[in-house]
Amino acid sequence: MNKTTANRIALAVLWSCALITVAVLGALILYVFVNGVRALSPAFVFTWPHGVNSEGGIFPTIVSTLYVTGLAMLIATPIAVLAAVYLAEYAHQGKTVSTIRFAADSLASVPSIVMGLFGFALFVEAMGLNLSMTSAALALSLLMLPIVMRTTEEAIRSVPRYIRWGSYGIGATKWQTVSRAVLPAAGPRIITGIVLATGRAVGETAVVIYTMGQAINLPVTPLDSGRPMTVHLYLLASEGINLPAAYGTALLLMIMILGFNFSARWILKRYRKV
Amino acid sequence: MTETPITTHADEATESKCVVRGLDFYYGDFQALTDIDVDIKKGAITAFIGPSGCGKSTFLRCINRMNDLIPDTRVEGTMLIDGQDIYSPGVDPVDLRRRVGMIFQQPNPFPQSIYDNVAYGPRLQGIRRKSELDGIVEESLRRANLWKEAKDILGKNGLALSGGQQQRLCIARVLAVQPVVLLMDEPCSAIDPTSVQKIEDLMAEIKDDVTIIIVTHNMQQAARVSDWTAFFLQELAGEPAVLVEYDRTSELFTAPRDKRTEDYITGRFG
Repeated sequence: MNKTTANRIALAVLWSCALITVAVLGALILYVFVNGVRALSPAFVFTWPHGVNSEGGIFPTIVSTLYVTGLAMLIATPIAVLAAVYLAEYAHQGKTVSTIRFAADSLASVPSIVMGLFGFALFVEAMGLNLSMTSAALALSLLMLPIVMRTTEEAIRSVPRYIRWGSYGIGATKWQTVSRAVLPAAGPRIITGIVLATGRAVGETAVVIYTMGQAINLPVTPLDSGRPMTVHLYLLASEGINLPAAYGTALLLMIMILGFNFSARWILKRYRKV
Repeated sequence: MTETPITTHADEATESKCVVRGLDFYYGDFQALTDIDVDIKKGAITAFIGPSGCGKSTFLRCINRMNDLIPDTRVEGTMLIDGQDIYSPGVDPVDLRRRVGMIFQQPNPFPQSIYDNVAYGPRLQGIRRKSELDGIVEESLRRANLWKEAKDILGKNGLALSGGQQQRLCIARVLAVQPVVLLMDEPCSAIDPTSVQKIEDLMAEIKDDVTIIIVTHNMQQAARVSDWTAFFLQELAGEPAVLVEYDRTSELFTAPRDKRTEDYITGRFG
């Protein structure tokens, strides 16, 4: 086999692999779209379920999902960002830091069902928060924490050294340099990390099924329980009550997550360009 | 007077801003500079020239203790600015760097608006009043020769400017905190000729208030802009660099006293 042929074969293999990745995503979106689009209507989005909660709209589940995700983001972001600032700027690079990083990576790889069980034991039972938005948000924030922390750390590290010099060179202290020059410069990438982690939280099922409950409720206070979209979808599908509504919910969920991903890209692009 | 005379001219009476005696500098075990003696004149522009790696930038960073940010470095000897030893324990390097500002080879505006870039330093010092900041921003941009180009786009991101404009923005950012000494580390090596001209002009305009030290690879630039020139040389790899000759620029470039200086400025090495 001569070189040109080998080259062609390699190219064909690589190209097919790339195509498979894209095709899977395309097929998945198309499948959900075709099956779910008929269920979608303003009434589906804005009204309550009725019957055995399988007919009608899914409004309270959308609210529950947005509520818990927003709350989880508010809990996870400050902790994750400050931890990342410590790791990237202050900690003496050595054993402690690599241990913290390893812990974060391990936390990110904990199966979400385990995180759900842990959240149930700690927040719902031990802390007595019951099945509630707060319990679920705390458990979800454990999931978001390592993602936001690692992306923030990368973002801070990628701020060029000479930006820091510029700040030190006019008499800024370390904290002034970090808070007024480095963090704003890393901002777009940090926000991207937060948005991506939030998208991940929107789609999370196992964690919330243990911590938020399944009651069709419109949550008002953080101690109210509710039923997130993912759990609603699971119940509709697994109990085979209403497949079209399940697909409708799935489609809406995917639209929301794609929306998060696109807005993350948009933020990065917009600020890169300046 | 058994020491090597540093200057041999009548201007010895000129007031010195920065007096250096017997300065050694180490990166870990490696000694980068040895026994530097120099008197930087107040209200003048001093150029540091020499081949790459000759320690001139290292020495420049000793003057505002920027080297403190590099781990495992150390300085011996005396460095006085306005009579104060800047390496004495009572000196806060953060405060020193406000008085001794620095411009780098790579223009490094913050990814913020032009206004916020210039207001950065004054805000660090707690100046909050809009009218006061407005005044400082305008004054600093004027002194940095950028006001005409920037006055209508103060809200625009500093990174949207050309490289040369960015460098002048960085100069304005430093001038906004009223430094008494300005260190410039090859400030013109990455920018367009028009901006180089504007920077050289502004240097001449501000030097009465701000003593300027510029490191440059460009000997024509050193000859053009500076009043005094110091020639640094590392003669052997692994050996520390020395200050070979320091004199009025007009003397050093026309009648160098040291053979090595003559070889360098006539382009025989480096």
